[in-house]
Amino acid sequence: MSEFEPSERVASVPPSGIRRFFELAEEADDVISLGVGEPDFSAPWAAREAAIDALERGRTSYTANRGLHELREAIADRVEAWGLEYDPDDEIVVTAGASEAVDASMRAFVDPGDPVAVHEPTYISYRPTAMFAGGEPLAVPTSADDEFVLTPEALRDAGADEAAVLVLCYPNNPTGATASRDQLAAIAAFCREEDLLVVSDEIYASLTYEDDHTSIASLPGMRERTVVVNGFSKAYAMTGLRLGYALGPPDAMRALNRVHQYGMLSAPTTAQYAALEALRSCADDLAEMRDAFDRRRRFVVSRFNEIGMDCFEATGAFYAFPEVPDGFDGDDEAFAEELLEAASVALVPGSVFGEGGAGHLRVSYATGMSELKEALARIERFVATAVDDQSSPEPGSSMSRSR
Amino acid sequence: MDDAAVRRQLLAALTEDARQEPEDLARQLGIGEDRAAAALSALEEDGVVRGYQAVVDWDETDAPYVTAEVELNVELDRETSYEDVARRVVKFSEVESLRLVSGDFDFAATVSGESMNDISHFIAERIATIPEVTQTVTHFVMETYKDRGVEFEGTDEDDRLSVSP
Repeated sequence: MSEFEPSERVASVPPSGIRRFFELAEEADDVISLGVGEPDFSAPWAAREAAIDALERGRTSYTANRGLHELREAIADRVEAWGLEYDPDDEIVVTAGASEAVDASMRAFVDPGDPVAVHEPTYISYRPTAMFAGGEPLAVPTSADDEFVLTPEALRDAGADEAAVLVLCYPNNPTGATASRDQLAAIAAFCREEDLLVVSDEIYASLTYEDDHTSIASLPGMRERTVVVNGFSKAYAMTGLRLGYALGPPDAMRALNRVHQYGMLSAPTTAQYAALEALRSCADDLAEMRDAFDRRRRFVVSRFNEIGMDCFEATGAFYAFPEVPDGFDGDDEAFAEELLEAASVALVPGSVFGEGGAGHLRVSYATGMSELKEALARIERFVATAVDDQSSPEPGSSMSRSR
Repeated sequence: MDDAAVRRQLLAALTEDARQEPEDLARQLGIGEDRAAAALSALEEDGVVRGYQAVVDWDETDAPYVTAEVELNVELDRETSYEDVARRVVKFSEVESLRLVSGDFDFAATVSGESMNDISHFIAERIATIPEVTQTVTHFVMETYKDRGVEFEGTDEDDRLSVSP
């Protein structure tokens, strides 16, 4: 028995659709999971050793709210490569993962009732964190026709001119899409014209495979209206160390830091030392991981296209986003469930990431090459069998497909 | 992708896992299968890729198998070079690797046999007797922790959640 009832805000947020698939996958045997949203590498040893060293030296106290100054300096140096210039003193806040930076941004800049525009499909946390802050998520669908890049037309059609904040996520989870400078410039023009703030989650910025990452904050007139969110989880395979950061003009960081200082005090100290070392000495490790991801990406995209599951050339993050093959009426959930059951491969249905994701599947290639090969072979057999079943619908055929 | 990049990426993929079909390598590089196969042949013909082998942890087998790291010092004269000595030493099947190194000795060899006794005899009778060899120091291997990039003791377990956002 408990006296607790969730608050209305919490009750209004549905549980994550990822959770359901996680439970299904956990129950099945011999599963190859292409459903994992984190690198399969471990953090570079130099970064891990720096964490151990910090512990051995007894560096277990809080740091400054905004993070170790030398870490903020190193972050400032790092982001220069993306054309971003931020002052370590008052324009950078180190957070417990990029997730905290997103959450703190919502609470710092969203008032109750404010529409928060979110292009979909996208990472699943923006909508709930906007709602926890009292905001009202406004879905802006993107589509395979535009390779899942947001357009000003889509923003206008969705009524995003009324929004207070636009949340951007490129390179994108779940689609692997990246946005070019020109595409971002069009979005930026819309935001300036309609006076939108931008929270730009660039956690996959280091994982682009064709062109270097462009941050929307580097475009004219955008720095003053953008909070850039980034972190160490994806680039340096440090997800469990929980370390991210926010970049923005001084008044924005003052507001965000107020949420952070009461909610978190400071990001984990051990992780901050690991991150500092990662920035100082792990560029080669990052490049090696990036190259491995790139080879897997090409492999996975070409295999899906061979199998007949159309897959656009995803150029960032570690996800491909193929279409559900013919014969499933575009039902991504049914396909993913049947694939898991019949072939023991776990994928995440695209609709989990918002409406625009329906009819697609998120495929994480953060998995060893040999597992990827086996998984794609299983998917190929599964799709072939399903198509055969469809063309010769004999009673009692081996696969039962009730939908 | 230019030829140099193809070679670089092929080597990166093969050092990760040498058991890969040309068609899979081609997919990973985003090039045609013919080009991948040709690049692979070229790497072999040019002597860049010298062989493909399994990395074996012999301690996990029943096979009697002992290895030693052997330091060799040699004295050369006008007629004899390091290459001349190396050419003789590499011919023995017991010698798994031979490298000319900097530092206190000249050659570092890895030698294998069925027992320590075997290796001792081999060094005494076949290596120490080479006229140019002035000194040998044999270090028997007691435990292997890592070989050609593969950690023997490392746990390879994937402790990630099977599905995550």
